[in-house]
Formats: sequence, C-alpha cells, structure tokens
Amino acid sequence: MPHDSNDHTHAHSVLPSDPALRVNALETLLMRKGLIDLNALDAIIDTYQNKIGPQNGAMVVARAWSDSAFCNSLFSDTTKTVADLGFYGRQGEHIVALQNTDKIHNIVVCTLCSCYPWPLLGIPPTWYKSDAYRARAVREPRKVLAEFGVALLNDTSVRVWDSTAELRYLVIPQRPEGTEGWSELQLAELVTRDSMIGTGFPKDAQ
Amino acid sequence: MSRIHDMGGRFGDGPVMPDFGHEAVFKKKWHARALAVTVASGFLGQWNLDESRHSRENLSPADYSKFSYYEKWISALADMLVAKGLVSVEELQSLQGERGSDSLCERVLRAEKVASGLSKGGPTLRYTSITQLYMTGDPVKTRLAENRSLSGGHTRLPNYASQKVGTIVGSHGSHIFPDAHAHGAGEAPEPLYTVAFKASTLWEHPENPCDLVMLDLWQSYLEPL
Repeated sequence: MPHDSNDHTHAHSVLPSDPALRVNALETLLMRKGLIDLNALDAIIDTYQNKIGPQNGAMVVARAWSDSAFCNSLFSDTTKTVADLGFYGRQGEHIVALQNTDKIHNIVVCTLCSCYPWPLLGIPPTWYKSDAYRARAVREPRKVLAEFGVALLNDTSVRVWDSTAELRYLVIPQRPEGTEGWSELQLAELVTRDSMIGTGFPKDAQ
Repeated sequence: MSRIHDMGGRFGDGPVMPDFGHEAVFKKKWHARALAVTVASGFLGQWNLDESRHSRENLSPADYSKFSYYEKWISALADMLVAKGLVSVEELQSLQGERGSDSLCERVLRAEKVASGLSKGGPTLRYTSITQLYMTGDPVKTRLAENRSLSGGHTRLPNYASQKVGTIVGSHGSHIFPDAHAHGAGEAPEPLYTVAFKASTLWEHPENPCDLVMLDLWQSYLEPL
C-alpha cells in the first residue's frame, strides 16, 4: 500500500509565523516570480467584499415565497433556476434547495472543511468555519441551534446536511406571517443569512 | 483512521459563537489577501480542488488545530507550491526567485478575467456509463472511512459515518471522485448519492433519535445491505 508522500513536507514552516507577514511573504514571492497579478487580487477581494453575499440568496428566497412557478422550478432544478438569476460560479456549481416546514428543520454544515454556497451567501462567517460548529452540528444540532436562539418543537425533525461532495445547500426558510402582499424587495429584507444556513429564522414582519 | 480535519461528532469543543450577520466579510486585511492569493494561484492550473483540500488536511495535527482558517489556506498553499515545483524552499526563505516559465506565466489570472473566471466555476458532474447500483429507498452500509488506494490519502467519507447503515434518499449522476482526483489518478467519476442516517445509528446518545444526518457519498463508499 503506497503512503501519502506529502506527509513530511511542511515547507510553510520556513515562512514567518505571523499570519499577516506570512501572506505578505507569499504574495511578494509570487509577484516577483510573475505568478500573480496584484490587480487580480484586488478584483477578487472586491468581488467577495462587495458583489457576492447573502443578499443574493435572500433574493432567491423572497422570489420563492412570492412566485409559485419559480418555487416549483427552484425545487425541481435549483442550479439552473438560480443560475438564470445570475447566481452561479465557484463553490456554487451544484446547488440544492431545502425547504423548511413545521415538521422539518434543515441545517447545513461541512464537517470536513467549510463548504458553503459562495454565489448565494458569499464567504462563510467565522463560526461556520469553527471547530465547534463543524464538530457539533452533526451530533447535537439542537444544542447548537439553541446557541443561535433557535428553539424547535420536539416533533420537528432536524435534518443536518453535511456538505461532503460538491453539492451546496440553500435552506428556504418559512415565510413569516403577516407578509401577505409584500413585494419581493420587502420580503428579501426579512431573509437573514443564518435563516438560509438553518441556524436562524427570518426576521418578523414589523 | 482519519486526519485531524475530520472532526464531525468530536467532543470537547465549546459553544458556537454566532455573529448574527454582523461580522465583516474579511475581519482582517490579511484574510482578504490570503483568500485572493490562494484563489488566484489556483488559476495557474497546477492543482485541483481536491488536491488543495488534501494539502490543508495534510497540515500536522498541531498546526491544523492552532491555525485559523486563512492560516490553514496560506500554509497549505505554500506547501503545495513547493510540492508542485512552482517555488523552492530556498525561494520561500529568501522571497527572491527567478521568473516562472512562460507557459506558467501565461496562465496568470489577470484582473479583467476575474469576473469570468470566478463565475465559470468548476462543475464536477460527468456523464459516464457507470451503472448506478442503488435506488432511492435502498438501505446501504458505508465502508471503512479511509482512502482505499493510498494510506492516509484523501477521502470525503467522514469517520463518524464509517461503517454505518443509512438509506439512499437521492442520486445526482456521476461526479469526480475526490479519493482519486486528489492524488493524480484522474477524475474517475462515480455515481453520487445523498444518504440519510438516523441520529440513533450514528451516536450512542442522540439528542432526538428521529433526527437525520444527510451525507453526499460516492458509490464506492457504499455496500448493499
């Protein structure tokens, strides 16, 4: 049986241990070798800082709440339906929508790394990438949900989705009461990032 | 046996610290730089996503536990640049180096290509003639959660779901097989399924025995029951 030969090559240890200096060192070397373009780095940062984020997912949820044909299409072919809205790309190549109901509460995790639907929700928050969330969400989802202030009834079944392949999950939370006749834009304002991961509910209609 | 990254179900971690949507996308400037350098380097085309995941998993357990998310990224990136021969250890030390080969430099991601590059993504669905062995509703048992061809190799079958009985609840066509793709063995696509496991089959003390944990698993991770 061959053994993984990369086990003993930890070249990173020659770099500065301070992480900011470590990144800077790598960036400097790659630039000097002509292997990265600093303007491209700025463009990547701008994309994830300003253009891609949970507002994208919120638009999908709000439309699913208000347009039944869209909702049907979303659950029959999520990837195509959200791509038609312009949401496709890195870490969102295969998307699956999960519907929360009174009886089923879906929550998403990636225990092995931190897989997350980037085109719909942006870059994951620190807690999603934390050891505590990755370790505990599969074993004690109800305790984890309680830490987010989410209390479920005992007859609500929890489904924890561990993103072990390249399928990325978007939770479609239940539409808040008292929002009849609201526009998609108004509805999207109620959709929180956590409600699309399953660790929260949408805001109440005020 | 698995590696340090495979932490699903582990005991001893403290509470999760929610941010309720208030955290900045990049908490520190270097977080943004780390993400951008890593993403941009990937466009050189010298490794795939499964190799880069495996490179992070290959950090020593001490480093993996100590490093924050983006420290893992940049440290694994440095390891991968050396392993792939793009950078030498001496260059990492001196931060001086010769310009890369023309064929490599031609691949460098330019600012005007960022939007199209990021939106293109890297779909893993492949059309194959491999027979799908399982149907929705079939009971299956997972095999031992280790890479079958390479000791200590990459796998996406978590240890907590090793040798457990579940039910097929969905199928997704054939997808690139990470256990092969992370180790230069080609894409080797296989049928991919969603398998539901009852909490009571995974944990000695489930919070609620009716809760389910759903995993996306490749055909060769599964055995008929």
